[in-house]
Amino acid sequence: MAADDIWILGIRMTKFGKHPDRDTIDLAAEATMAALADGGVTMGDMGILAFGNLRGPSTGQMLQKQVGQTGIPVFNVANACATGATALRTAIMAIKAGECDMGLAVGVEKLAGAGLLSGNAATSDDNVYEPSGRQGAVAALDGRIGTVTMPGVFAQVGMEYLYNHDYTGAEFELFARISQKNHAHSTLNPLAAYTMEMSLEQIMGDVMIAYPNTRSMCSANCDGAAAAVVVSGEKLRTLSAEQQARAIKVRASVLTSDPWQEACQVLPDVNTLTRAAAKQAYEAAGIGPEDLDLVELHDCFATAELVHYDNLGLCEPGGAVDLFESGATNRNGSMPVNVSGGLESKGHPIAATGIANVWEVCHHLRGEAGGRQIEGARMGLAHVIGLGSACGVHILESASV
Amino acid sequence: MGHGVNGVKVSQIPLVDYLELGDAPHLVAQECMSCAARYFDRRNACAGCFGTEFRSVSVGTEGTLRSFTIVAHAAPGVPTPFVAGVVDVDGTSVTSNIINTPPDPEHVRLGMKVRLATHVVGTDSEGTDAIGFGFEPVEGD
Repeated sequence: MAADDIWILGIRMTKFGKHPDRDTIDLAAEATMAALADGGVTMGDMGILAFGNLRGPSTGQMLQKQVGQTGIPVFNVANACATGATALRTAIMAIKAGECDMGLAVGVEKLAGAGLLSGNAATSDDNVYEPSGRQGAVAALDGRIGTVTMPGVFAQVGMEYLYNHDYTGAEFELFARISQKNHAHSTLNPLAAYTMEMSLEQIMGDVMIAYPNTRSMCSANCDGAAAAVVVSGEKLRTLSAEQQARAIKVRASVLTSDPWQEACQVLPDVNTLTRAAAKQAYEAAGIGPEDLDLVELHDCFATAELVHYDNLGLCEPGGAVDLFESGATNRNGSMPVNVSGGLESKGHPIAATGIANVWEVCHHLRGEAGGRQIEGARMGLAHVIGLGSACGVHILESASV
Repeated sequence: MGHGVNGVKVSQIPLVDYLELGDAPHLVAQECMSCAARYFDRRNACAGCFGTEFRSVSVGTEGTLRSFTIVAHAAPGVPTPFVAGVVDVDGTSVTSNIINTPPDPEHVRLGMKVRLATHVVGTDSEGTDAIGFGFEPVEGD
């Protein structure tokens, strides 16, 4: 029987950071065991495993051998930086379809010390020019016709927003202050890779990667894993009062790809698909952005956070700078954004990110976030973007079964 | 093809096939016959309207800088810093480096007027020059 309500029963992320002595299976297993324990269930209760590890080498089947092999279907998913959200969405879809009543979604990555994640493979020019590839290139194009590095791509995403909205202020400082906010938030998150408050001078004076993004304005490459147990409402109602009390309702689970737009072939469009995902999610949840108590959004770079204020409808169209300048997105503001410290300080172990941000929101909705608790949080939104592009949006609520 | 010193032929090849050389170098796009969406590579069907017929069209050589970044850290072997940007050429977006200007935010500004310029990006062992393109600031802007 198809489920019409879905809940997060157990969820957990590992400490993000450097784990030199542990492999992806160790990290995935830690998150999995913790999520199962959090939900009061075992691998024997799971009807599906959706697993993401974008850069390898592990699979869901390898995880099963570490924590429990039961013969359930495994979906190994890959969707760029939205891989974790895609795994979660896959498990949710299986339950919605009535294939099972409980499922596990896991994302893991080891990225510490990985450096630039695109543009690393600079090819040497051929000895004799010969056109090749889809554009008949006779030599390597990165750096000759634009950039394919992520810091450079997302720098252009943020700068384009400023151009489209006639911003005349100090752009570098604006983006650096967004990063400053998230680094300040991270000091309260013991699971973040970096928990150091940074001054504006430190951020702007850090190593320039791709103007206006300095190193501390880029997501931190690190190791980490996150796992979530999802359950149908019908099944949840048969579980204990304690399990029911801590379960978090999934009010919306949405995945979109980028529809065609002029210019999307020359600069990836991370806006239209986020707007579409947000619209679908708000409609599915029957709420509006004004009903949210906190948002974890995909600040893979400081320049990205700004555009997603607008894309997620947290401000009036074109009003992202004003929203930020008002202080609303600070943890003590009216629309706290990235109280975990965001990808810039919490870290971005790619496939783990789309579950870890859901964990952060659930942590607050359960009232268990300790020193960084957003008081009275009832409703939250988690957003990720995978370039290419994929967008995952989950809306979560602290609700009674 | 051009002629170098002493009449020795110097051959040229464009860096990409959508750059047309000659007396007035310009970019060439594949335009959807149904909805006029433009692409700088081949498509089986238009990503916007699914039309399957395309024609080659010349893209203008002057435009407006709609976004940019100054890349300071790139893959090994890629010279930095360089400016990468998106140029709006009468509604057609082009990705390009911004060249012939210092790569700093005092000289590169959102909304500045730019125009196509070509330059030699390298020479192979047979003496053929690869000709690339960039957009440079229009003087006086």
